Amino acid sequence: MEAKAIEAEGLVKAYGKDVRALNGLSFEVEEGTVFALLGPNGAGKSTTVKVLTTLTLPDEGSASVAGVDVAAQPDLVRRTIGVVSQGSGVDIQATGRENLRLQGQIYGLRRSALEQRAQELLEQFGLADAADRVARGYSGGMQRRLDIAMSLVHDPKVLFLDEPTTGLDPEVRADVWRHISSLASEQRKTVLLTTHYLEEADQLAAELAIVDRGRIVAQGTPDELKRELRGDAIHVELDRSVNGSASGALAAVEGIRDVTVDDRALRARAVDGGRALPAVLQALEWHGIGVASARVARPSLDDVYLRYTGRTFDAAEAETEVTR
Amino acid sequence: MTLVRQTGYMTVRHLRELWRQPWFIAVTLVQPVIWLLLFGALFKRVIEIPGFHAHSYIAFLAPGIVVMTAMFNSAWSGMALIDDINRGVTSRFLVSPVRREALIAGRIVKEAVVVVIQSVIIVALALVVGASFPGGPGGVAALFAVSALLGATFGALSNGFALIMRQEEALIGAVQFIVLPLTFLSTTFLASNLMPKWIQHASDFNPVNWAVLAGRTATSTHPDWGLAASRAGFLLALLAACLVFATRAFRSYQRSV
Repeated sequence: MEAKAIEAEGLVKAYGKDVRALNGLSFEVEEGTVFALLGPNGAGKSTTVKVLTTLTLPDEGSASVAGVDVAAQPDLVRRTIGVVSQGSGVDIQATGRENLRLQGQIYGLRRSALEQRAQELLEQFGLADAADRVARGYSGGMQRRLDIAMSLVHDPKVLFLDEPTTGLDPEVRADVWRHISSLASEQRKTVLLTTHYLEEADQLAAELAIVDRGRIVAQGTPDELKRELRGDAIHVELDRSVNGSASGALAAVEGIRDVTVDDRALRARAVDGGRALPAVLQALEWHGIGVASARVARPSLDDVYLRYTGRTFDAAEAETEVTR
Repeated sequence: MTLVRQTGYMTVRHLRELWRQPWFIAVTLVQPVIWLLLFGALFKRVIEIPGFHAHSYIAFLAPGIVVMTAMFNSAWSGMALIDDINRGVTSRFLVSPVRREALIAGRIVKEAVVVVIQSVIIVALALVVGASFPGGPGGVAALFAVSALLGATFGALSNGFALIMRQEEALIGAVQFIVLPLTFLSTTFLASNLMPKWIQHASDFNPVNWAVLAGRTATSTHPDWGLAASRAGFLLALLAACLVFATRAFRSYQRSV
């Protein structure tokens, strides 16, 4: 039996009485792939990473990385993994090279091997010119690249990237994506990525899991997940908020499924969206519901998210903002 | 061995950080000088009080200022740790194979180094303004050693509090709550026989006073090495306890993340 790169089984973690960050979360990651945990802020992604990287212990459940139990042998796990945590772990008072050097020393690299490895990573991540400048003066993108370089100094088998592009400009994000995808394809590393960007998971992950309220609600390749939705998405923008009556209006339309209405946004699914749309519009008009615009889209991960959690991704994000 | 090496790496990091803040160094070095001259001038005539057996107040005060400075400086050690926590640096170390003891020890060794440098400056200045240390270089070295011990102890304590409180305001409050009372419940400024009885008793349990007593006798004409050694021993035991406390405090931090 081949051990998975990452296994999590029934993880539960509560903070205080009210916050249940993980609520029976389980998943497995194949070796040498990029796996994404996708979910809004507060879904439990970061807590999962903290458990898997030995930073904190779960209340219940078990987890192993590269076949080693995280609770039983944390030190062994720490030697196998590289971690880029949310925010940053860069010492901004030190230069890029000093940061890499200290990180390497911790893992037992010495003298010429250490210097060589630091230089190699500085070049690989486009930081060679800034290597001897204090990291306080680095741009957000440079600090993030240094973060990733630092996590790679000891050539770890498994890499954890917790929201690696949050807060970065779109261009910088694309650059970081390029680095991440080469880690799996060229260096055969297992990468666990958490993100609340749908497109990031779509772009980078071979497989992804949708996390909602501390549980995995769906798992598969991005294409599989979209295919499961069977058919196209129909998005209709109504000219006013009507709520319940709009779903009723479409109940009789043939081939229309999964109707949801959120304020003025109506969504539905159909095997062939283009053919179903006229009937949808007709039915709405018949019930006196005005339409501002309508379109048919191939299923997106947002639709996947809606299907498994009953809310759109944006709504879930807004909700967590409020509860904070 | 690994622990020693890792402590070395961490110490280098902290000293380098200090080296890059010239203003901070300047303030750190000037402040004890101000204490010495200010208190030296303010309390100059207390040696005229009957029962105060000293020839010059500056000579009496200097070991006290060395010790007080060691505590004042090191008690803030945890602030830099909170900064590291907020920047994610601590979490990064905690998911690496670095030993927790090294994370604390690196900061404490740095504090001890700073304490020794400050102590050298204070003693040199005291000599300039006319104090003498009849105990000789050996006595002065012993004074440096106990002040470094005290600095390390308060450094460890401060880092332990930092890991538990994780909030700068809370740590500032705690440090201020502790530091001044400990200074005044000691013989830093006044001879023991002139203090109220209850302060005399309290000072027996005050680590600041242990360091002042040990440092003052070591630098005096007839050093009482038994007294110095016993107080240094107390300090060493307290330091060990504080190191254990600070290292354990990582558990509290990890439960909170």
